[in-house]
Amino acid sequence: MARAFTPKVITSNLLIEGDAVWFTVNDTWSGNIADAEFLTDEAHADLRLLEANAQKNVMVGAYLADAKLGENGPEATHFREEFRTRGPSNYAHGKQVEQV
Amino acid sequence: MYKYNDFDEKFVRERVAQFRGQVERRIDGSLTEDEFKPLRLMNGLYLQLHAYMLRVAVPYGTLNSKQMDMLAHLAETYDKGYGHFTTRQNIQYNWPALKDVPDMLSDLADVEMHAIQTSGNTIRNVTADHFAGAAADEVADPRPVAELLRQWSTDHPEFQFLPRKFKLAVTGAAADRAVIKAHDIGIRILERNGVRGYEVLVGGGLGRTPMIGKVLHDFLPEADLLPFVEATVSVWNRLGRRDNKYKARIKITVHEHGIDEIRRLVDERFAEIRPTFNGVDQEILRTIEAQFAAPEFKTASTDGFETARLANPAFRSWTDTNLTAHRADGYAIVSISIKKHGDTPGDATADQMRVMADLARKYGHDELRISHEQNVILPHVHKSDLLDIYQILRVAGLATANIGLVSDIIACPGMDYCALATARSIPIAQQIATRFDELKLEHDIGELKIKISGCINACGHHHVGHIGILGLDRAGVENYQITLGGDHTETAAIGERAGPGFSADDIVPAIERLVLGYMDLRSSADETFIEAYRRLGAAPFKGILYPKEAADAA
Repeated sequence: MARAFTPKVITSNLLIEGDAVWFTVNDTWSGNIADAEFLTDEAHADLRLLEANAQKNVMVGAYLADAKLGENGPEATHFREEFRTRGPSNYAHGKQVEQV
Repeated sequence: MYKYNDFDEKFVRERVAQFRGQVERRIDGSLTEDEFKPLRLMNGLYLQLHAYMLRVAVPYGTLNSKQMDMLAHLAETYDKGYGHFTTRQNIQYNWPALKDVPDMLSDLADVEMHAIQTSGNTIRNVTADHFAGAAADEVADPRPVAELLRQWSTDHPEFQFLPRKFKLAVTGAAADRAVIKAHDIGIRILERNGVRGYEVLVGGGLGRTPMIGKVLHDFLPEADLLPFVEATVSVWNRLGRRDNKYKARIKITVHEHGIDEIRRLVDERFAEIRPTFNGVDQEILRTIEAQFAAPEFKTASTDGFETARLANPAFRSWTDTNLTAHRADGYAIVSISIKKHGDTPGDATADQMRVMADLARKYGHDELRISHEQNVILPHVHKSDLLDIYQILRVAGLATANIGLVSDIIACPGMDYCALATARSIPIAQQIATRFDELKLEHDIGELKIKISGCINACGHHHVGHIGILGLDRAGVENYQITLGGDHTETAAIGERAGPGFSADDIVPAIERLVLGYMDLRSSADETFIEAYRRLGAAPFKGILYPKEAADAA
């Protein structure tokens, strides 16, 4: 039996900066996962991934990542995706300082 | 040191120009990512978790001060002010923007450096003993051979689309400081009856299926090296498992066909291609060797050094741990620790790089080395200059006296940067080093190699650590497995898994328990961790790591 679909967001890295970004309802890419479109329907998620992947001169390698809905919007559920939302743990570099 | 000839210069400049065009075409949309990716990988450019990463080759780990200054310039101009020295003697920049990479490569070309074949299914940067040309125990400097192999393998038309990556390491001493037994091909220069030859090992490697290299040839005549290595890579290029990337490395080919069959095939191929090598390679090797002639060592008194040692305990401690015997009288090899307690293993700031470059210029015959253990070496230092060097290093935060000790940890970038990682390595290394610094036991513990990888690919060499730590993703949580009894030297061994993994919170206490437990188990303060492990076997160490299981079994 196929596994039940769990909620997702679409994420990728920007082509020029390499920055982690998330796909919004407006077909734009945000550096903040909270701005991402929260996808609860599998067929819709697959369609949105096709649409995201059409922007191949903006970003690289879009994929669906598990997410949950938090107070401010979607949040990562897996630690790898969570690290992508903030940056490395050994220096105050990346989003954890850039978004303040 | 090797100096680029017109051909090298033209080749590297052309490659920069080509890559500049490729980046422009990617940005303007005329190249897709599928088309561009193999091109960027050929030039050392990865896309990681937070940004691009550029891996710059430091051929056989050798640098001059001008080159180190350029690495500092890159760190400052295009990155966040630091660079990360790796277990393959390379340097990685974690934050470049795609549009800047052609400029970075152009700057590197100005000092005879590049990022060619630092990625992709090609023959990668050839590594060597970081004490090459300086070590007292050396038969010959391995770097001329490494340079010859670099020239031969760079853009080699037959080997641009190999089944998988291919790594070569060369040493010129019986003591293996280049981990040659964990390379696709490991080469050791040796002498028999006054004649020089090579022991050639094949099929070593870490990663998913760790293997110790097997002897393919026990004494290869000097002039046969290139055709023999070419024959070996060629046999694997044909047989290698392109159907399954996890089985594509030569270690699996050797394992599946057996070393005898591989040797037969290599000999067959060697017989075919040997006549096509007409001796030009040996002429080139002679000219390369001339460029690696030892510097003119000075003669001076070392009395001041001995006096300073007696007068200054901190300096004495540093000289006890960070110096290695040099082949020239009055000289020492200095290992600069890039492992200050609590800092990221292998990370140096631009300022620190410049300090090291200045030291090399002023005191070190203009030479620097990067070790696979992620430290920087000043290979030729007269002992009368050591106190000055130590004081300068101290101001720069580079005088940590911990080479070979518990805090001199190898750690891959792990999930703080790497897209392949399954867990973080850096914070674990930082916490272990900090903890043992607090305990003030580091020097009592003695020689101990802890090596940490953040995934099964084993860039952090965990399999050959006396204590290896492997970070995994267990049901969405970071989990750390311990291996025991690994050895990266000429007595290479793959560590044995100790038991179930530990959580991120429990791994550092587990390591502390293990190391303190070893101190109770050792026969004397001189018995190192690995010696005690070999004498006692795994059982008492497992008992320390898993006290509850041990109690239940009793």
